[in-house]
Amino acid sequence: MMKRGWVTPVILGILALVIPFTLSSYYQHILILVIIWITMACAWNLLGGFAGQVSFGHALFFGLGAYGGGLLYHHWEISTWWGMIVGPVWAAVIAIPLGLITFRLRGPYFALSMLAMGEIARIIFTNWVPFSGGAVGVMISRTWGGEKLQYYFIILAICVVTLGVVALMRYSKLGFYFLSIREDQDAAEALGIPTTKYKMYALIPSAFFTGLAGAFYMNYMAYIEPRVVFNLEAVSIMMILTVMLGGAGTLWGPVLGATVYVILAEVFRTIPGIKEVHVLVFALIVVLIIMFLPDGILGEWDKIKRIFIKPKLAS
Amino acid sequence: MEFFFESLIEGLLLGGIYAVVAVGMTLIMGVMKIINLAHGAIMVVAMYICYALFVTLGLNPYIGIFVAMPALFGIGYLLQRYSIRRVTEVITVLPETQVLLTLAIGMALIEIMRFIFTSNYQTVPVPGVSGKTLYLGEISMNVPMIIGFVVAIGLIMGLHLFITRTDLGKSIRATAQDPDAAKYMGVNTRNVTCLTFAIGSMLAAAGACLLLPAYYLFPDVGHAFTLKAFIVTILGGMGSTVGALSGGLVLGVAESLGASYWQMGYKDVIGFVIFILVLLFLPGGLKTVIGR
Amino acid sequence: MNYFELKNVVRRFGGLVAVSNISAAIEEGEIFGLIGPNGSGKTTIFNCINNYYPTNSGEIIFKGVPIERMSTHKICEMGIGRTFQVVKPLKRLTVLENIMSGAFLRTNKVRVARDNAMKALDFCQLMERKDFLAKDLPIADKKRMEVARALATEPSLLLLDETAAGLNLKEIETMMELVKKIRTSGITCIIVEHVMKFIMGISDRVMCINFGMEIATGKPEEIAAHPEVIKAYLGEEYVTGR
Repeated sequence: MMKRGWVTPVILGILALVIPFTLSSYYQHILILVIIWITMACAWNLLGGFAGQVSFGHALFFGLGAYGGGLLYHHWEISTWWGMIVGPVWAAVIAIPLGLITFRLRGPYFALSMLAMGEIARIIFTNWVPFSGGAVGVMISRTWGGEKLQYYFIILAICVVTLGVVALMRYSKLGFYFLSIREDQDAAEALGIPTTKYKMYALIPSAFFTGLAGAFYMNYMAYIEPRVVFNLEAVSIMMILTVMLGGAGTLWGPVLGATVYVILAEVFRTIPGIKEVHVLVFALIVVLIIMFLPDGILGEWDKIKRIFIKPKLAS
Repeated sequence: MEFFFESLIEGLLLGGIYAVVAVGMTLIMGVMKIINLAHGAIMVVAMYICYALFVTLGLNPYIGIFVAMPALFGIGYLLQRYSIRRVTEVITVLPETQVLLTLAIGMALIEIMRFIFTSNYQTVPVPGVSGKTLYLGEISMNVPMIIGFVVAIGLIMGLHLFITRTDLGKSIRATAQDPDAAKYMGVNTRNVTCLTFAIGSMLAAAGACLLLPAYYLFPDVGHAFTLKAFIVTILGGMGSTVGALSGGLVLGVAESLGASYWQMGYKDVIGFVIFILVLLFLPGGLKTVIGR
Repeated sequence: MNYFELKNVVRRFGGLVAVSNISAAIEEGEIFGLIGPNGSGKTTIFNCINNYYPTNSGEIIFKGVPIERMSTHKICEMGIGRTFQVVKPLKRLTVLENIMSGAFLRTNKVRVARDNAMKALDFCQLMERKDFLAKDLPIADKKRMEVARALATEPSLLLLDETAAGLNLKEIETMMELVKKIRTSGITCIIVEHVMKFIMGISDRVMCINFGMEIATGKPEEIAAHPEVIKAYLGEEYVTGR
C-alpha cells in the first residue's frame, strides 16, 4: 500500500530539507508554524479520523505540553528544553484517567466532554496563580535568539516521527482495530475487540504528540499563556477543522489541511483590507467544505477528480 | 445569612435567563437530534441587532426584542433549510460533521458581527433599569435580571403551551419521537425541522435581548453562551422545557453560590464539572428525575 | 457437562419482560434453531448471550464457564461469534479488511490475519468481492460477509441472527449450504430465523418461543405440528384440523 505512493513523500522530504535555507526569516517562521500544525493535525487525526473519537478539547494536551517546560522554568528555573520530555509525558499520563472517564460516552457527548476538560484546564491554569503563574503566563529568553533554522529542524524531526508513528499504527493491527471501532463500535466488540483499550491506544499517542508540539511551542515562541495554549477556538477547534479540510481518516489529509490553514491565515492576515476578516473567510470555507466536500479534500478526491476530468463515455 | 440569600436569588434570576436561552437549544436537540453550537452566535446577532437599534433609533432592548426575535426566526429558518439540513443525511468519516457545521456557522456569524461592529465592548444601558437594584429587606436584587427572569418564565410557559396544546406543537413532538412515523402521518418533517430551528433561534434571541441590559456585549461572548446553554440542556434533559427550566435554575444557583463562596474565576468550572458528572451519572438529565 | 446452557435467563426492559425464564441445553456440533413470532424475544436472547444487554437473572454457561457477566469482547474471545439481524458492515473498509478485523482476534500479524481472512472469504465464496467496499455490497453479500467475518474469529459456537431475512430463494439455498458447511467444520450453531424453509431444513432441534417464554422444543417435524406453535403463529383457529 505504501510502496506505490513513495514519490510524493520523497519529493516533499527533499523540499523540506532544502527550502528553509532559501527563505528569509519571516518565511522560515511561517514554515515552522506549518510544521507545528501538521504535527498537531496528525496527532488529532489518529484519535479522531482513524479511531473515530472526535475530541473537541485537544488544546488540553497542547497546553499541558507547553506548560511542562513552562512550569519547570517558572518554579525552578530549569530550562524549558526539559519540557520536551516532561510536557508530552505528563500529557499522555493525564490522558489515561481522562480517557477512562470520557470513553464511556459516545459520539458528540464524548466530543463535548473533552471540550469541557480543555476548558477546565484553561480555567485552572488561568486562576490558580501559585501553580501556573496565572494569566500572565511564562516567559523565557529564546535559546537561539532570532536564528530559526535550528528550531525548524527540531520541529521537522518531531513532525516526521509523528507522521511515521501514525503511519505505522495505521497499517498494523492497531489501525484495523481503530477503523473497526470508528465504523461500528458494537460490531467491533462482537469481533472480540476490547474497544475501550484500543481507544486508549489511540488517545495516548495522540495526547503525547500534541503535547510534544506544545512543548516545542514553548521553546520556540518563548512565551505562553493559558489563554493561548489552552484556547478552545484557536487550538482545539482549529485542530479539528484543519483535519476536516484536508480529509479526516486519511494519512496525508492533516498535512494538506494544516498547510492550507496556516498559509491562508497568513495570506489573509497580511493583505490590507481582508486582514480583519481572515477568520470569517476561513469559517466560510469550512462551512462550504462541510456542505459539499464533507470528507475533506483528500477524502473526496474522487469526487473532485470527476468534476474536472469528465469521463470519456460522454462523447 | 443575607449573603447566602442574595447569592441564591441572584442565582435563581440568572438561572431563569439561562433557562430561556437553553430552551431553544433543547427543543432543537430533542426534535432534530442535532447539537447546535451556533446557538451562542445567534444570541450575539440578536444582541447586536438590539444594539444597532439602540444606537441609531434609541430603542431599548425590551423593544428591540420584538425586532430581534422575528429576525432570528428568519435567519434560523434559512440556516436550517439551506445549510444544516444538507448535512444530516450524509454519512461521513467523521461522525460529528453536523456539529462541526453548526460550529463553523457560528464562527462565521460571530466574525460577521466583529466585522460590522468591531471587537469593542459595548453596553446598552437602559435608563431606569440598568444598574438599578431592588431591595427586599436587606437583600439586593438586580433589576434587569428580575425583568429578564419574569419574561423568561413567561416565554418558557408559552413554549410549553405551544408544544403541548397546538397542532404544530404536536407535529414537532411527533417528529422528535419518530420522524418516519410522523411522515406517514402526514407531517411535513422538512418544514417542521426548519420551523423548530427557527423557533429555537427565536427563543435564543429573546434570551439574549433580556441579558443585554445586564452584560457587556462583544463578539466572543457567544461562545460562553453556547456552552452554558449546552450544559443546561444536558443537565435538564434533551427536549424537555421543564428540564431546561430546572437545569437553568440549578446551574444559575450553583454558579452564583460558587462565585460567592469560592472564587470568581472558577465560576465556569462549576458548569463544566456538572456537565461531566451529569453525562456520567444521570445521562437523561433532570427530566428523568422530575418525571416529565 | 453441557456444551452451552441457558438457565432461567430473564431480561426485562422496564415493566416488559422480554425474556422470561428461558432454559436450553445445546449439544456440541448441533444446529439449534430458535423460532417465534415477531417480538417474541429471540434477538434479545442473542443480545443477552453476547452481553449487549446484561441479564436480569439466570445463568449462561459455555463449556462449563459462566459468561453472563463477561464483557462482549471477552465472550467473543472465548469462542462465541455472532452475526446481527440488521447487518453491521464496517462500511468504509473492503470486504477483505472487514474479515481481517475478525481475524486479528487470533493473531497480531497483518500477514497471518490476511491469510486467515482469505480462507474465510473462500469458505463463504466471497472471493470475487474481496476488494469491494462493504457499503457497496448487495444485501446477500453483506450477510455472507458478516458470517465470514464472524468465522474469522475462529468461534466454536456461532450465533446467526436472521441471516436469511431479505434474501431470495436462490440466496437462501446458498446460505443453507454455507451453514451446513460451517457445522461440518465443527462449529455449533444457534440460528434465529423467520424463514421456515431455512430453519426447518437444517436444524437438528428447534425451540419455539412467544412473549419471551418457551412454548416447545424438539425436532423440526414435531415443532411444526405442535398445537401451541401453530396457535402462536397463526392463531387458535388453525390448531384444529391438524
